[in-house]
Amino acid sequence: MLVLDQVGKTYPNGVNALERFSATINRGEIVAVIGGSGCGKSTLLRAIAGLDRASRGSITLDGDLITAPHGKIGIIFQEPRLLPWLSVADNVAFGLAGLPKRERAGRVARALDRVGLADKARVWPRELSGGQAQRVAIARALVPQPEVLLLDEPFSALDAFTRSDLQDHLLDLWADARPTLILVTHDVDEAVVLADRIVVMRPRPGRLFEEIPVFLSRPRDRTSALFEDLKRRVLTSLDQSLDRDIPDRREKSVSGEAMWW
Amino acid sequence: MTVPTMTAVEMSFAPSAESPRTTGRRTRRLVNVALGLALPVVLGAAWEWVVHAGWSDGRLVPPPSVIFATLWDLARSGELWVHTRATVLRVAAGFALGVAAGTAVGAVAGYSGLSRRILDPTLQALRSIPSIAWVPLFILWFGIFEESKVALIAVGVFFPVYLGVMGAILGVDRKIVEVGRAFRLSGPALVRRILLPAVLPSYIVSLRSGLGLGWMFVVAAELLGASEGLGYLLIDGQQLGKPAQIVAAIVAFAVIGKVTDWLIEVAAAPFLRWQDAYGQQAGGA
Repeated sequence: MLVLDQVGKTYPNGVNALERFSATINRGEIVAVIGGSGCGKSTLLRAIAGLDRASRGSITLDGDLITAPHGKIGIIFQEPRLLPWLSVADNVAFGLAGLPKRERAGRVARALDRVGLADKARVWPRELSGGQAQRVAIARALVPQPEVLLLDEPFSALDAFTRSDLQDHLLDLWADARPTLILVTHDVDEAVVLADRIVVMRPRPGRLFEEIPVFLSRPRDRTSALFEDLKRRVLTSLDQSLDRDIPDRREKSVSGEAMWW
Repeated sequence: MTVPTMTAVEMSFAPSAESPRTTGRRTRRLVNVALGLALPVVLGAAWEWVVHAGWSDGRLVPPPSVIFATLWDLARSGELWVHTRATVLRVAAGFALGVAAGTAVGAVAGYSGLSRRILDPTLQALRSIPSIAWVPLFILWFGIFEESKVALIAVGVFFPVYLGVMGAILGVDRKIVEVGRAFRLSGPALVRRILLPAVLPSYIVSLRSGLGLGWMFVVAAELLGASEGLGYLLIDGQQLGKPAQIVAAIVAFAVIGKVTDWLIEVAAAPFLRWQDAYGQQAGGA
C-alpha cells in the first residue's frame, strides 16, 4: 500500500509546485493523475519515484519512507530513454545487474517476448520505431518486477493508433503480476481506458481537485455510452479545476498564489 | 587507453558485426580510398614528369623519386629508424602524460561545478599561451634533454583532452543519468555504466585532436635542439641544404601521424558501433 500524506514540494526557485497532496493507493490499483500544465502531477510522480524529495509530508510504501529511488518502484518516462550504447536486450537487462546470468537472460527473453519484440533483442535502440522503443522501456521497467510502476505521460509522444495499441498492451502486461500503476497523463481518453480511479489536479499550486472512481469493467469499450459519460465527467471536472473562482476548499489563505495567474 | 565501459554482462547481447551489406560496403570503401589518393598521385606524377623533362632541376622541390630514394637510403642506413623511434617515444610519453592529466582534470571539472569554477578560468588562460612560449621555461626547469620535450608535448595534448572530457561530461543527457538513478546505481556504477559510455565518442575525438597537437609540438621541441628525431632531420636537412631529406622527414611525419590516428580510430570502433552518426551513412554521397 502506497500512502501519500500531505505531500508538498517547493522548488529552490520558490515555485510552489505541489500542496498538501494526500492519497492512499492499494496494491494492484491503477490510478490516473490528470490535470492542466503546472498542476504538479509530474512533481508528484517524481517524488514517489524518489527522484526529487518532497519538501513536506511523507510518502511510504508498505511502511518504507520514500526519500530516494526504491527497489520496488519502477518508472517509465515520457521518452523511452533507452541507453543508445546497449542493445535492446541489454537495455531490458539494465535493472537486473544482481541476478545470475542465466536467470537474467531468461527474464529478458520472456519480457521481450511479452512486448512482442523478441526478434529485436540484438538490434541497437536507434533501429527501433518510437512505439517499439517505448515498449522496450516498458519491458525494462517491468523486468525487475516492481510493486509500483509509475508512468509519466508514457504515450504522449506517439501517434494515436500506436497509443491506443500500447494502452491495451499495458493492461495486458499489468494483468501478469498486477503491480500498482500510477499514470500521469493529460489525455482524458487514456485515463478512462486505464484507470480504476482518476485523480484530477488543479494548478498553482498543484493540489488535488477531485477523485473520480471508474467502475467500468475491462476490457473497456471506448465507444460505449458509459465510457463517453465518464469522459464528459472528467472533462467537466478539469474545466472546473482551471476555474480560478472556485473557493479554496482546504485552506483559506494560500498567500494569494492560487489567484495570481 | 582504457575503455572499461561495457562489462561482459552488457556485451552479451550486442548486435553482431556482420551484415549482408558488408561486401557492398567494402567495394565502396576501396573506391573511396582510390578517390582520396587520386590528387596526390596525379600531382606527384606531374612534378616527376616536369623534372624529368628538364623544365626544372628539382633541386629545391625534389620530385617523388628523389624523395623516396632519400627515404630508402635513410631506412637502409638505420637512421630513419633511430630518428623515428626517438620521435615516437617522445610523443608516446608526452601523449600518455597529457591524456592522463587532461582526463583526470577534465573529469573533475566536468563533474563538480565548484572545481570547474576554480580551475577552468586559469586553464583557459594558460591554454591561450602559444606553445613555443613555454620552451625557454621548460628548458630551465627540465633541462635540455628529453624531459623538457616530453613536457611540451604533454602540455599540447593536455588542453584538447581536458576540454573534450569536461565538455562531454557537461553534455551528458540529464535524462539518461536519471535512468541510472531510477535503477539505483551507486556513484561508481553510474560512472561506469552511464557516464563513461556516454562520453566515449567525444573522448575519442579529443584523444585524436590531442594526438594531432602532440605531433605538432614534438616538431617544435625537436627544432629547438635535439640530436635525434624526425625534427632533427628537418633542421639537419636545412643546414646542409638537403631539401629531399626535409621532405622525406615530412612524409615520415605524415605517415606516422596518420597511422597513429588510425590506430585510435580502429581501437575505438568496436565501442562506437551503436552511434547513429551522419558519417556512417554519408560515405557514398
